Amino acid sequence: MSLLLSYFRPDTSTAAGTLLAPAHWRPVEILFWLLAASLFWLAPSKVLLLNEIAILALFVLSLDLILGYAGIVSLGHGAFFGLGAYVAGLLGKHGFTDPILGLFVAGAAAGLLGFVTSFLLLRGSDLTKLMVTLGVALILRELANKFSNITGGADGLTGVTIGPVLGLFDFDIFGKTAYAYSLTVLFILFYVARRLVNSPYGLLLRAIKGNSLRTGAMGVPTNRRLVQIYTIAAVYAGIAGALLAQTSQFVSLDVLDFHRSADALLILVLGGSGHLWGAVIGSIAFKFMYDYLAAITPQYWQFWLGLVLVLIVLFGRGGILGFVQKARDWLAYRKGSAR
Amino acid sequence: MNAVLETQNLSKAFGGLVATNDVSFKLPAGARHALIGPNGAGKTTLVNLLTGVLQPTSGRILLKGEDITSLPSYQRVKRGLARTFQINQLFAELTPLQHIVLAISEREGAATGWWRPVGSRSDIVDEAEALLRQLTLTDVRDQRTETIAYGKQRLLEIAVALAAKPAVLLLDEPAAGVPETERHQILDVIAALPAEVTLLLIEHDMQLVFRFAKTISVLVNGGLFVEGPAAEIARDERVKKVYLGEEAVNV
Ligand SMILES: Nc1ncnc2c1ncn2[C@@H]1O[C@H](COP(=O)(O)OP(=O)(O)OP(=O)(O)O)[C@@H](O)[C@H]1O
Ligand SMILES: [Mg+2]
Repeated sequence: MSLLLSYFRPDTSTAAGTLLAPAHWRPVEILFWLLAASLFWLAPSKVLLLNEIAILALFVLSLDLILGYAGIVSLGHGAFFGLGAYVAGLLGKHGFTDPILGLFVAGAAAGLLGFVTSFLLLRGSDLTKLMVTLGVALILRELANKFSNITGGADGLTGVTIGPVLGLFDFDIFGKTAYAYSLTVLFILFYVARRLVNSPYGLLLRAIKGNSLRTGAMGVPTNRRLVQIYTIAAVYAGIAGALLAQTSQFVSLDVLDFHRSADALLILVLGGSGHLWGAVIGSIAFKFMYDYLAAITPQYWQFWLGLVLVLIVLFGRGGILGFVQKARDWLAYRKGSAR
Repeated sequence: MNAVLETQNLSKAFGGLVATNDVSFKLPAGARHALIGPNGAGKTTLVNLLTGVLQPTSGRILLKGEDITSLPSYQRVKRGLARTFQINQLFAELTPLQHIVLAISEREGAATGWWRPVGSRSDIVDEAEALLRQLTLTDVRDQRTETIAYGKQRLLEIAVALAAKPAVLLLDEPAAGVPETERHQILDVIAALPAEVTLLLIEHDMQLVFRFAKTISVLVNGGLFVEGPAAEIARDERVKKVYLGEEAVNV
């Protein structure tokens, strides 16, 4: 018991302790995952929505890896999501129905596209990067539209069959298997990403974001690292797309729509970038805001969304998590000055 | 004498402005060499050429006899050439400890470890702590770098370069902007470096220059003006003229 407590209160009096502290899981993080898992039983009527949130969170998480950690801005991250969705859908349509296999192949395909296109991002300003990523996504969407004999074009890809997960769990119409499946994949990839961002490699990415002139002067092959993380993020996004294709057993051109890339960026700003958790919290907030606002003002919900976004960028740098951090700092300060 | 760092007819033009003009010089192993010259003489440009931040218009650069002219910055660092920047180039959001741990990790090939958390290699943490202590940065160890005093940031700038354990270190005005009283601390740190490390110091404060340097080069309008032992340069009338109205040469 005391061992457990000491884990949650890392010793920050030593140099190693302060470095290691962020890697320690906080109780609230563990609570979050337990709660997310328990919703499978507690809110069976909401699992379809929860499945969408889990997929969205994974997609936004992948954007956080490049934007929040490595500082690469992108307006076309949806390209990898869409490619992953089509690859997984096509596999299912052509008899390769194993979902896990689908995830791997979709992730690999998206990763390959990420690797190749990353070289376009090594030079130029943020504006160049925005345009290049946007351009790649537009090209991919047009290709999917053009080759409608393969992708189904505007009608979408139908006849996608996905077998049971691990040969055991069939996808049901209520979305229970879908949620369990997506949440598990999200958790595993979140865990891996969490290890990565707290490792020397993660510190290196933050350093590159902060000052790439200095990392070069430290002996870091900065471009190689950027190519790597862009590829990893593309794999993540491709897997998110595959999850959507598999759990809905359908793929339409919508997966490559510009709004996906834009939403991801918006959600990350909403939740707070460079935290991993910002992607998750932002996705939840976004989906609920969407549901709530769309119900009361179906036509104008984007107005309110836009307003929230403007307010956050102007006054609440750091998004929801930034706000939580500020509130905690303020409480700690009050507690300190009361004494 | 054996040159560790050498340039041959090095030139750099920015459009019509020749910032480095046919510079050929040799830095022998273990040198304590100062590079001086008026503002805009091309000192920083020369360091940028040496470290690969800029590509020369013409000429060659040799490090330990190897032609490094077209190597990217990071590969020059791997071969033992490090520098500090005239204007701090630090990571505003990271702590000094994180700076040093990262620099040591990169040197040790441990910066690509992506599973075990930062801080789990105790040898790296210990070395980082020792370096921070040596540069009197222990008290700001865990603060975000943008919040620490400017003088301390200058020391961190040097510490990051030292963490690479360079064979050749180029210091571009390490004491620039540092209050008079703290300048000597920076020079003490530099003076305490192992004798086998080759040092090139760019500095405007002549007191510091003559305290540090055994040899001096004077750069004017991008070209080498004079070179020689410190004492000779101090007596040189032409050098005094170049600096006239800038700073009095007092030795
Ligand atoms: N990237 C650049 N593009 C165009 N001109 C430049 C560039 N960098 C430097 N210069 C010009 O080259 C000349 C040399 O500049 P440099 O910074 O090397 O001088 P310096 O000797 O370091 O001066 P200081 O003592 O003020 O630091 C200056 O006239 C400067 O304006
Ligand atoms: Mg300069």
